[in-house]
Amino acid sequence: MSIRRFTLAALASALLAGPAVAAESLLNVSYDPTRELYVEFNQAFNKHWQAQGHEPIQIQQSHGGSGKQARAVIDGLRADVVTLALAGDIDELQRIGKLIPEDWQSRLPQASTPYTSTIVFLVRKGNPKGIKDWDDLVKPGVEVITPNPKTSGGARWNFLAAWAYAQQKFGDEAQAQAFVEKLYKNVPVLDTGARGSTVTFVNNGIGDVLLAWENEAFLALKEQGGEDFEIIAPSLSILAEPPVAVVDKNVERKGTREVAEAYLNYLYSEEGQRIAAKNFYRPRNEAVAAEFKAQFPALKLVTIDDDFGGWKAAQPKFFNDGGVFDQIYQAQ
Amino acid sequence: MRVENRFASLPPYGLSAYGFQLSDRAVNMSSRTSSVIPGFGLTLGYTLVYLSLLVLIPLGALFLKTTELSWDQFVAIISAPRVLAALKLSFGTAFAAAVLNGVIGTLLAWVLVRYRFPGRKVIEAMIDLPFALPTAVAGIALTALYAPNGPIGQFATQLGFKIAYSPLGITLALTFVTLPFVVRTLQPVLADIPREVEEAAACLGAKPWQVARHVLLPALLPAWLTGFALAFARGVGEYGSVIFIAGNMPMKTEILPLLIMVKLDQYDYAGATAIGVLMLVVAFILLLAINLLQRRIARS
Repeated sequence: MSIRRFTLAALASALLAGPAVAAESLLNVSYDPTRELYVEFNQAFNKHWQAQGHEPIQIQQSHGGSGKQARAVIDGLRADVVTLALAGDIDELQRIGKLIPEDWQSRLPQASTPYTSTIVFLVRKGNPKGIKDWDDLVKPGVEVITPNPKTSGGARWNFLAAWAYAQQKFGDEAQAQAFVEKLYKNVPVLDTGARGSTVTFVNNGIGDVLLAWENEAFLALKEQGGEDFEIIAPSLSILAEPPVAVVDKNVERKGTREVAEAYLNYLYSEEGQRIAAKNFYRPRNEAVAAEFKAQFPALKLVTIDDDFGGWKAAQPKFFNDGGVFDQIYQAQ
Repeated sequence: MRVENRFASLPPYGLSAYGFQLSDRAVNMSSRTSSVIPGFGLTLGYTLVYLSLLVLIPLGALFLKTTELSWDQFVAIISAPRVLAALKLSFGTAFAAAVLNGVIGTLLAWVLVRYRFPGRKVIEAMIDLPFALPTAVAGIALTALYAPNGPIGQFATQLGFKIAYSPLGITLALTFVTLPFVVRTLQPVLADIPREVEEAAACLGAKPWQVARHVLLPALLPAWLTGFALAFARGVGEYGSVIFIAGNMPMKTEILPLLIMVKLDQYDYAGATAIGVLMLVVAFILLLAINLLQRRIARS
């Protein structure tokens, strides 16, 4: 075989092999704090996938602010699956991007949320300001660190948790708004994302209490060796539900529907649930939840669907331009 | 890199001060006869294509997107109190940073051009570092240093004021990021002024301040204004470094680029472009004013 012919053959086979190789990669577009979770989960899934007689698959992860990630997918990032911080962001894939059907959330069990989390307080060791519950956050002289709900999915859960507490305590909206307004008067910095707030609180030493995802709080504690901080669970918080979805338009284009669906389903398996719990997400599977009972304090939790009418109602009411959050700052 | 292009387009002020300026006719290449090097048509075509792809088309798309809004909606967005507060903050801090760099940058350029001392080359290399460093890194580092509990910030706390999480912190970050502009535009001009000119002025009886006022200043001012304008324009649009040190409190320390991000996070593309257009128009007017000022100075 002459060299030229050999090169041509090699080129042709490379071209033919190209799409086949591409079909065996999967892109998971996620939000910030799931980095460690998916590193572990991807390995486990790959083993499971190969055990079922498939070729090994290359799984890529992308992390960033939940809203930004959703926008990237709408603007053409070829995500096979999205695993974002709140259903509102995945709704936009449907509303603006037309990438998924309207009923996406009912396609997987538990409203497409394989693991949950909640909002807790991270305070400095010994809890010098004696912070026990939401009431302590509105006291004068207490500095609260939370990101900006306009730019951070986690911050929206923080805001709604505080609102739910006040709503339950006072039973009326005007007083709830006054309570939340007082709370945000104690916020000296509004970072743009959850990780930014953690850095402000942990590394720059600003503030007395950080409102954080439970999983982020545990992670900060683990990295610090538990020497500088304590986790405080408030009397009432919100069930933070970060959902997952297959991006239909993209998996159809890439021919990856089977593996993408298997990937998300595996999150619900016992193995997947255990990995979530190990990474400080609350598992849905009751057997696994019982196993990790000591790790997660029992909390009274409100939900976005039952108490706020879902993200479709909560987002415009609280966080869009002119919503409650804007009113708080316009009043000041 | 954008910066280099802008530098390349600078008029030869360093020469103009000594009467070496090429006559307007020689620079004006519209007539075919006067050019020594051929290829005017080709280069002009290249310039136009290049500018269209890189500048005109993206900016045009920006304006096009805003047409989704009615005029009333557009006005309502850009006249919201929060937008106006952010506008004042963004342009105010960028102006302050440009002025600060105008003074300190002139000093730096002077020292680097006029004196020979050990370590000069090291300082020379350091000047460009703010360009090379990712702006987010700069922002995080400055915040850690100047936060109320930081190694430097704690002294400010003792004196009763804040650096990080205040407009002062934003100005600081912008000063850092835009440091090279004034230094780098002044250096070649300063190097072009022969010392003999100053000596001649002194021989003719000029006092040191008169030499500075009547000999150095007119030669330096056009380049200085260019450096100032570049620093200012860069500062207005800066996001990465500012976002960490600003504190981002609505009405107080919220910069305009952040408001654009906020709009985008609400999937409000049209609203975001409206603020983008506002920034562009205000910046364009200010830069145009600086340009006209420059021209008047160059002529006089």
